[in-house]
Amino acid sequence: MAQDWKSFEPLLIPDIPNLEKIEVYEENGGYDALKKVLNDQESWSRKNVINEVKQANIRGRGGAGFNAGLKWSFMPEPDGGPRYLACNGDESEPGTFKDRKIFEFNPHLFIEGATIAAYAMAVDTIYVYIRGEYISWVEMFQDAVNDAYDKGYLGKDILGKGIDINLEITYGAGAYICGEETAMLESLEGKRGYPRTKPPFPAQKGLWGRPTTINNIETLSNVPLVINNGAEWYGNIGAEGHPGPVLYGISGHVNRPGVYEYPTGVPVMDLINDVAGGIRGGKKLKAIIPGGSSTPVLRADQLEGVTMNADSLRDAGSMMGTAGMVVMDEDTDMVDVLWRIAHFYHHESCGQCTPCRDGTGWLEKVLIKIKNGEGEIKDLDLLLDLGTQMEGRTICALADAAVWPVRHTINRFRDEFEARCKKSVHAVA
Amino acid sequence: MAELSFTKEDLKEIDKIKAKFPTAKAATLQVLWVAQRKYGHVEPEVQKLVAETLDVPAAHVHGVASFYTQYYKEEKGKFVLDVCTCLSCQLCGGYDILHHLEDKLGIKAGETTDDGMFSIQEVECLGACGYAPMLQLTNGVYVNNLTEEKVDNLIENLKNGKMPEFESMAMPELEKRNQAASE
Repeated sequence: MAQDWKSFEPLLIPDIPNLEKIEVYEENGGYDALKKVLNDQESWSRKNVINEVKQANIRGRGGAGFNAGLKWSFMPEPDGGPRYLACNGDESEPGTFKDRKIFEFNPHLFIEGATIAAYAMAVDTIYVYIRGEYISWVEMFQDAVNDAYDKGYLGKDILGKGIDINLEITYGAGAYICGEETAMLESLEGKRGYPRTKPPFPAQKGLWGRPTTINNIETLSNVPLVINNGAEWYGNIGAEGHPGPVLYGISGHVNRPGVYEYPTGVPVMDLINDVAGGIRGGKKLKAIIPGGSSTPVLRADQLEGVTMNADSLRDAGSMMGTAGMVVMDEDTDMVDVLWRIAHFYHHESCGQCTPCRDGTGWLEKVLIKIKNGEGEIKDLDLLLDLGTQMEGRTICALADAAVWPVRHTINRFRDEFEARCKKSVHAVA
Repeated sequence: MAELSFTKEDLKEIDKIKAKFPTAKAATLQVLWVAQRKYGHVEPEVQKLVAETLDVPAAHVHGVASFYTQYYKEEKGKFVLDVCTCLSCQLCGGYDILHHLEDKLGIKAGETTDDGMFSIQEVECLGACGYAPMLQLTNGVYVNNLTEEKVDNLIENLKNGKMPEFESMAMPELEKRNQAASE
């Protein structure tokens, strides 16, 4: 597909003025997917909806890339008690700023997708958790939700079809860790955002101990597309094995930063040069971080033929993450960049697990030493060793997310790091 | 400090929040927000009020208030300038903006001016990476694509009581369309 991305017409945020208004959304086929499902609950049984979404292979857009329909199928059979869908709008991974576009420009697509998801999983309450800093978008989104209630797309007896689904918005107060799904559940329960040990998984014991599924905002916004057009149609968009439209957030040293919607599988170099207008000031590209700060950095010379989808980025030595790409020009100081990333994870560690709480602090301390020209070459190996002692030894993936950039930035820019270190007898040996 | 209390209106708002959740405890974050909007901070007295109102342990409320960065654990200036210096903002001059503000206001990040007007805080990623460098004003609107000149204007306006408006950052393609339509 790599070549035909230029003719792609946006699906998540199509080019329709005032689409955030419910009347405009309806005029353009909005809520048709919900009607289609609820009007024919025999053809669109809960199981059939889940199967269709599973077949479409919508891979989670929050970073993990897990098949959304498969995730839904982990919910146990209803037992008469409450069941929840918790929608993750906490986007806080540096480089990521896409879900706010949905709240602002096409909120009803998300509401529709979440409502269909809730129907499919027999969920009675949807919580939408938005990061506290996004208060402007919380307010905008609340207006959209109110309109959806007024029109009978949410609430009791939706569209007169005997289904009750409530949607409540809540927001955080500043904590990156609340984007981790179980930390978000804790925060929703009014507590500190401490990730939970798994198992039990949220599908078994989630909010208030009840079955809960957590999906990203963009992920759920893909659901109406699948219901309206079918899994096969959806599967043909973008890259094989990782289909669909994606909101690419491009930031850093490009001429036209912003959020762009294209299919998966766009060549990285096309995104930088054709979509984002190339590197600022006519400079040369040095490196990118493809999908948020935790995804491994790639040097310019590693980008040939690499496309924005899970397989291609994995083969190149990185990950798709949130598709929030950070672009760095030739003047970028990689030691400074890595220190700033390490500072972020140190600041955001919740403090529950020792390897993370102390490890992120040490990563930062050693990097400050190197940044200030006081490091020794053995400190680079100390950093790499520290990483292996943190990774996989904590409740959640924040420690891993802190380690990956350290490991890969040092390995891929070793010369630059060594040049900042003092000459050392340890290094000569 | 005089005995703190919520008004009838506050309590109505709090009841609405509580109705969203099956437990009163779940309302802790949101009621702390209500309290901070009312008092401008969540110092221990305010935390106590939240705990009593929700009938949850004071230690729980303290734990929550101290975990999240947006709650002001002490009184701040009238205007709090949260300058992002994280990854994309770092690359695009976030530290220059921070240092310009520090020089201009004569305080360091984490401090408040003597007249109580301005506080500066250095913050982590605010999710505005494409519009870097940027800042958030007192947990409210984002001010994007900062230059020293834009910062100077912002400070002047705030001194004159003029608040910045919400800047809708359209998708670049939508921007192009709007430009074409207006030409």
